Amino acid sequence: MPRKKIDLPGQIDHLSILDEDGKLDESLDPGLPDELLIKLYEAMVLGREFDRRMLNLQRQGRIGTFPPITGQEAAHLGAAAVLQADDWMVPSFRETAAELWRGRSMESVLMAFNGFNEGFHVEEGRNDLPNSVPVGSQVLHAVGIAWAMKYRKEKRVAMAFFGDGATSQGDVHEAFNFAGVFQVPAIFVCQNNQWAISIPRSQQTRSKTIAQKALAYGIEGIQVDGNDILAVYAAAAEAAERARNGDGPTLIECVTYRLMMHTTADDPKRYRTEEEVESWQKKDPIHRFQSYLKEKGIIDEDGIADVEASVKDRIQEAVDTAEKQMAETPDPLHMFAHVYDTMPPHLEAQREQLAQWRNNTGEEE
Amino acid sequence: MTDDQKELRTLTYRDAIREAIHEAMQKDARVFLMGEDVGRYGGCFAVSKRLLEAFGPERIRDTPLSESGFVGAGIGAALGGMRPIVEIMTVNFSLLAAVQIINNAAVYLYMSGGQFNVPIVIRMATGGGRQLAAQHSRSLEGWYAHIPGIKVVSPATLEDARGMLWTALQDPDPVLIFENAGLYNMEGTLAGDAGAVDIDKAHVQRAGKDITIITYSANLYKSLEAAEILAKQGIDAEVIDLRTLRPLDDQTFLASVAKTHRALIVDEGWRSGSISAEISARIMEGAFYELDLPVERLCSVEAPMPYAKHMEDAVLPQVDKIVALVRKMVGANG
Ligand SMILES: Cc1ncc(C[n+]2csc(CCOP(=O)(O)OP(=O)(O)O)c2C)c(N)n1
Ligand SMILES: [Mg+2]
Repeated sequence: MPRKKIDLPGQIDHLSILDEDGKLDESLDPGLPDELLIKLYEAMVLGREFDRRMLNLQRQGRIGTFPPITGQEAAHLGAAAVLQADDWMVPSFRETAAELWRGRSMESVLMAFNGFNEGFHVEEGRNDLPNSVPVGSQVLHAVGIAWAMKYRKEKRVAMAFFGDGATSQGDVHEAFNFAGVFQVPAIFVCQNNQWAISIPRSQQTRSKTIAQKALAYGIEGIQVDGNDILAVYAAAAEAAERARNGDGPTLIECVTYRLMMHTTADDPKRYRTEEEVESWQKKDPIHRFQSYLKEKGIIDEDGIADVEASVKDRIQEAVDTAEKQMAETPDPLHMFAHVYDTMPPHLEAQREQLAQWRNNTGEEE
Repeated sequence: MTDDQKELRTLTYRDAIREAIHEAMQKDARVFLMGEDVGRYGGCFAVSKRLLEAFGPERIRDTPLSESGFVGAGIGAALGGMRPIVEIMTVNFSLLAAVQIINNAAVYLYMSGGQFNVPIVIRMATGGGRQLAAQHSRSLEGWYAHIPGIKVVSPATLEDARGMLWTALQDPDPVLIFENAGLYNMEGTLAGDAGAVDIDKAHVQRAGKDITIITYSANLYKSLEAAEILAKQGIDAEVIDLRTLRPLDDQTFLASVAKTHRALIVDEGWRSGSISAEISARIMEGAFYELDLPVERLCSVEAPMPYAKHMEDAVLPQVDKIVALVRKMVGANG
């Protein structure tokens, strides 16, 4: 026969476990212990409240520009929650709730978004890369890290995050391809929040889903309701198990929505409608998870109020500490410290020159 | 030391690099080589020939044809505790990985507040002169030398081809090694026990008192040849091999200029905004009052590299041009 259908392997599933009202599909219940469910809930509320507080601080000029995560808490937290401490997380820049879950301090986030180098320091032992600006380029680093783990025969995984816009970047495709060819233990988590600044998802790719791109690279792919933390968790847990067993990488598309602006420098009213935003507010990941937890009887109104109050206290404490630290203007000479592991002579000379110049101008004042 | 280790042996620049890779892989299990066609094919300049047989496909890793892909993955592997040697066929194709090199590898340490070093070594061929036309003949090492956070080295000699790699692998910062493709077949001798060399000092390759010729990589040989011709005409040129373009060892050439009072820079890169411009500026800043006359530069003509041999020869720095320039500078007649 000269022309026939090619039998391609693979099929793309869509996974949803909690519906918009928080109703559970029992057949798909990942059966997480109550303690973990409550922890995840608290972490989602923390992410949301921290976002809200940072927006206030930004509007008051107390911190700089930052990318809000509101609406996407389930998408990144649910995925990062399956990681062990010695696994690696490779973020883009819209995974704050997951970073806090992994142990990054709120002080560090506040300082980073206020331009303080101290905020970029990653403590020893936290296997998270810093936020990445060149869209999509970080995904390859997860592939390399995963490859190093595979080489050493460790059962660890590397999880990369990126947006829907990033899937138009060559680096992301090179990462999928590389990971597929070498079957490395990587997990690719796309937070498809429908927008890349002002460009809608439909203008990034003609494909029906982002998850289906996995098929072209011969790797596993799945689309999940990214506002359903149980679905995200279940898909990520499955991917992590696959990776640890040596069965290769997985692409997870989390369908979600950026409820706020791209960054605080953006006004989304210029390119999207209120109706669209409202339709997604009905699918809010925190509300539905809260309904589910109430229904399940592991939290009540008092418990919800307690979580909110304690989260707000923690945030206030962090803001106080960070602002105290930032009140002492850091030494600009610090900028020379980590350009190279050891400072080369030309930098020492430039450092010396700047120090002298500062001394001189200081005397004049 | 046994006599065997001391004994000089004959080999090519290519062999010297291969030996260096071989030794690094033997000494450190974290070291691996990856790139396009580095395995069965042995590398596009045959540098990695027979290494696959010696170390297997996990450590001599043929990758998909995807420069950003394997440089990015190499950065990840370095972050993940490995010591990757990444081979890019030529600098011309490194541009596809420019974001990974410049916007990631060069800044991870800084952007993690000192936490994450990227101990990656990226090797690539550079240079023209082999009739490979515009898209295959660039000399962009000086352009990379503009970037804080990376180190840029360019071995000209067999000793450096043999010895720079190990030092680069020990360096916690990303190191780019530029190998002028015209040197791969160069034959010479090397001590049996040749090993690691520093990657931060320039070398005076020929001592002289009348003029300082500052150069690096393949142009070292054109400069040395010119110096021999000039010597017969009674002009005694000092020739300096920079070896490392970033960080630049300016002390060596400033000291030389203080002695000779004349400086000529020979650089295969384009003239405007080049490493030769940087060297000239440093001489102006650091040795202005030592100079008897302005610094001169001999660079490639600022046009895309022509395909035809006679035109390519005209674009590149050549021995006769060096001789003529030096003669003019020292005020020799005729
Ligand atoms: C290579 C590159 N091009 C452009 C930008 C500017 N930029 C920053 S974020 C962004 C949109 C990213 O969209 P997406 O990947 O969907 O992530 P999201 O912001 O929605 O989380 C753009 C264009 C950049 N940072 N890097
Ligand atoms: Mg997006």
